[in-house]
Amino acid sequence: MQAIHRIRSRTVVLPAADVDTDQIIPARFLTTTIRDGLGRALFADWRFDSNGHPRPDFVLNRPETAGCEILVAGRNFGCGSSREHAPWALHDFGIRAVISTSIADIFFNNSLKNGLLPVLVDEGTHSWLLANPGADVEIDLEAATVTLPDGRRAGFPIDAFARHCLLHGVDELGYLLSQHAAIAAHEEVRSR
Amino acid sequence: MFEKIWRAHEVVPETAETPAVLYVDLHLVHEVTSPQAFTLLRGRGITVRRPDRTLATLDHSTPTDPQQVFGGVPIRLESAARQVAELERNAAESGVELLGLKDVRRGIVHVIGPELGATQPGMTIVCGDSHTSTHGAFGTLAFGIGTTEVGHVLASQCLLQRKPKTLAVDVSGRLAAGVSAKDLVLAIISHIGVSGGSGQVIEYRGEAIRALSMDERMTVCNMSIEAGAKAGMVAPDETTFDYLRGRARAPAGAEWEHALECWRGLPSDASAVFNREVALDAAQVEPMISYGTNPGMVVAIGGRIPERDDEAFLKALRYMGFEPGEALAGKRVDVVFIGSCTNSRLSDLRAAAELLRDRKVARGVRMLVVPGSQQVKRAAEAEGLHEVFTAAGAEWRESGCSMCIGMNGDTAAAGHYVVSTSNRNFEGRQGRGARTLLASPATAAAAAVTGRITDPRELKA
Ligand code: SF4
Repeated sequence: MQAIHRIRSRTVVLPAADVDTDQIIPARFLTTTIRDGLGRALFADWRFDSNGHPRPDFVLNRPETAGCEILVAGRNFGCGSSREHAPWALHDFGIRAVISTSIADIFFNNSLKNGLLPVLVDEGTHSWLLANPGADVEIDLEAATVTLPDGRRAGFPIDAFARHCLLHGVDELGYLLSQHAAIAAHEEVRSR
Repeated sequence: MFEKIWRAHEVVPETAETPAVLYVDLHLVHEVTSPQAFTLLRGRGITVRRPDRTLATLDHSTPTDPQQVFGGVPIRLESAARQVAELERNAAESGVELLGLKDVRRGIVHVIGPELGATQPGMTIVCGDSHTSTHGAFGTLAFGIGTTEVGHVLASQCLLQRKPKTLAVDVSGRLAAGVSAKDLVLAIISHIGVSGGSGQVIEYRGEAIRALSMDERMTVCNMSIEAGAKAGMVAPDETTFDYLRGRARAPAGAEWEHALECWRGLPSDASAVFNREVALDAAQVEPMISYGTNPGMVVAIGGRIPERDDEAFLKALRYMGFEPGEALAGKRVDVVFIGSCTNSRLSDLRAAAELLRDRKVARGVRMLVVPGSQQVKRAAEAEGLHEVFTAAGAEWRESGCSMCIGMNGDTAAAGHYVVSTSNRNFEGRQGRGARTLLASPATAAAAAVTGRITDPRELKA
């Protein structure tokens, strides 16, 4: 996993609330056994019409959103299924952070494990971001802040351990495996 | 109860810097969310720590067409066939037991765990599937995880977790005749909202919950995730123990007695504190049906779609082809689906069959009945339920997720209305452009008979 320190990008705004993982990546794209290349399936039914042609009015198809790494989303983003294909698809498409007032639990966790930063901000900051698509925003993971173009700054909560892993580009499995002795001891006690 | 189970599984407690290391008693695996996890392990030269605590099945992308399961016809969707083959290989190489395509015990992961007695009170259970919350019906801490975490559990039998908050949902009174557990949980979701349970483990309590059968408790816990909750739980009681007694993987003999003693100590103490509590009266619940594109958008079947004018609401109604303020009863239906881990157990099939007996599926309506497991299928056939369905004109299938997720060839056409006993009415969930109306098995069967959205109590009378 790539280390993340700072993400600086224009934003792309998808204001709808309760965007579920079936929209982020429809189930028919899940019959894959690998994790790469899912960006093409991102928001497939919103990006493309039934003939596979891009819908010009969908925000991710607009030329001005090309290359944006920060997605500003409505509340309860990523609800529904546990498919990790959702953060894989977003990441593969080039998105590095999702900002909202609330993000569904499983999606939130899956994102952290894949170098996609879930950022929860207060209502005020969120409203401003929703109203100003394309704003140049900086996310500083070390300081856990989002900086708006006028210099205003908002903090966001991030688990200390998850931050450590993201900053150093390490995954959690190494840490879990290092707990081998404690796990074995637990198994020993429980089997008695 | 949550506290007790959490504490018993803490290998390393959480600190400000590090999450807890939580031990997993049972890890359920299926073909769609596991391949990348096995690949990860293989890449690092790690083996599965506890194959004996891992159980694999085929359900999500597996076909339900008898010809493709038993008839020697290859799985039509090539990518799905590859997933099935990959899980077969991964299971064989790692020593994990797989209930294979033709296995009589195969079925939807959340149906077979309880059915085999593998799901037991006090356990921690995880699966790469959000409806793992189903197992909470047994007083189990059970939740869905992503594929990376599937890899973590395969490798270490543990997960890194922050302790969630707790929410008590108290349901007083009794459900009225003709009202099911599905109606109750839809009412609960509409009450607390699709993100109302976020970051929380729900404990369902109260007279109405105690009166539910295990199948019904599973239906309720199953949909906890649709309220955004991490898990849903019901304290184990005699109903739970009666269900488990004698099941293939349940303890037996002296071990059973010992287990019972432990399980009886699980329910929350009277002094237990929850972060939040909400209350509902079961007697007020009516048969429910969804009208929108998330499971919180539901009304009583005789009711009207609310009148709101926010963009998200109107967008959902546009997708569904409905207008604000419209009545739902009497609307045309194209497809009826009885199945999914929410409502595909024997009691669900009985409820549907009761309405279909000596009746026909309305002209122009396609009805699909997909038992949750091969064992449910055989039990239903032993009672002759399959004959009721096929005589009425419905399709009787092999078990699997089927039209709940539409990955396996079972989908509805764009624009079609599907009354479905599944759990998600998201856009395109049952096929691109398909419109899902979530309801109970009785309501779905009533719609099949009349070809219209119908209050099942009218047909029963
Ligand atoms: S039946 Fe539906 S909800 Fe249940 S496990 Fe299968 S796809 Fe998921």
